[in-house]
Amino acid sequence: MTEQKADAILHDHNHDGIDRRGFLKCMAWAGTGLLCVMQGGVLKSFAMAPGMKWGKKEKTGELAFAQISDSHIGFSKAANPDVGATLQAAVDRLNALPIVPEFVLHTGDITHLSKTAEFDGAQQLLKGLRADTVHYVPGEHDVLNDDGRQYLERFGKGSKGAGWYSFDQKGVHFIGLVNVVNLKAGGLGLLGHDQLEWMEDDLKHLSSSTPIVVFAHIPLWSVYPEWGWGTDDGAQALSYLRKFGSVSVLNGHIHQVMQKVEGNVTFHTAMSTAFPQPAPGSAPSPGPMAVPAEKLRGLLGITSAKFVRGSHALAVVDSSLDAQAASGETILDANSLASVGG
Amino acid sequence: MKRTITSAAVLLLCVALFPIGGSGASARPADEPAKAVVTIDNFSFGHPITVPVGTTVVWTNTDDVPHNVVSKDKLFKSPILDTGEHFEFTFKTAGTFDYYCSIHPRMTGQVVVK
Repeated sequence: MTEQKADAILHDHNHDGIDRRGFLKCMAWAGTGLLCVMQGGVLKSFAMAPGMKWGKKEKTGELAFAQISDSHIGFSKAANPDVGATLQAAVDRLNALPIVPEFVLHTGDITHLSKTAEFDGAQQLLKGLRADTVHYVPGEHDVLNDDGRQYLERFGKGSKGAGWYSFDQKGVHFIGLVNVVNLKAGGLGLLGHDQLEWMEDDLKHLSSSTPIVVFAHIPLWSVYPEWGWGTDDGAQALSYLRKFGSVSVLNGHIHQVMQKVEGNVTFHTAMSTAFPQPAPGSAPSPGPMAVPAEKLRGLLGITSAKFVRGSHALAVVDSSLDAQAASGETILDANSLASVGG
Repeated sequence: MKRTITSAAVLLLCVALFPIGGSGASARPADEPAKAVVTIDNFSFGHPITVPVGTTVVWTNTDDVPHNVVSKDKLFKSPILDTGEHFEFTFKTAGTFDYYCSIHPRMTGQVVVK
């Protein structure tokens, strides 16, 4: 077994368990398949070489799932004239993962204009997933015109309010939040009082050792407010999570990978399967970014995630739609993670 | 003198029947108000505009994503505007009218009507 250890970083100069230099490396632009693992509060990053895979044997107490986002079915402009084809490519890639995810999280903007045919098209394509289930939260593009009625009819079973809910899988507690309705003029994303109350109550009886994964469309942390990339009452939600040892927040909306570690919380945003958007402040606006056709699939992608019981870490791997699988495997499993960087 | 008075009377009558300016039949069709255009581009409504009472403001979306136009005081709300689509609203009273895009609420705009 060959270990690819492009950069295992361990910098804890402030002695507060937050690996700032490591997290800067993890703020990677899309498409490079960067693995960031937080173990015991310290972030380690590994550049994934082609062919690196998860350990093939799914060990007990492991939970493998995936995240996709921003499929925008119905969009057809210069940035991507065929979002159906790229969503299909994402489905194919998810199905080719060495460990099939138990379920997929879709962090919203399933459709582009909330049209019936667009919802139908997205659901049809996602039926091809080997994973058992898709858990959705809506994006702002899914709740146009009808206050999210059609979204709720299709995906809101068992949810409350505008579509928030929680579920447990292998001891990990998942919370799906909606921060794209009742938005205020001049504001960012918004969770609202009812949802926050529900969330506080939902978490109340969980032990602090329960790993938590929160997923919502718009980033719950302030990525770039000038472009609406944040949630006005996100801090309130995060305050309910302080007691937990391992919290992961998975978002979409910005169509690029961004990661941040703050105390016990790891934040991660996923690539879109439809079109890329510019890096914060690098363009006049956050709209669809047209790139040369051969570069598009390198900027779209999926996220696979694995939780190993007993570790603090939710290990997250982003891979673009054109990442090549090479012959000759390198297994990156729990053992090799433990041995790298001590 | 009688002729002058008569002429004056005729002139006054003409002015009464065909007001100069405004929506007089001689200037343009009575029911076509003045228009002002707001181009929605790069997630922006542009600077606030000032228009006279009675103006119809036309918003046109030139972005690659949909936007809408929603008045803060619930005076008007456009349907979703995809690229190339437009929405019109006629401002019949004076005032300052703030609006925003409810899909991307960071986008705000203003129409000042005088």
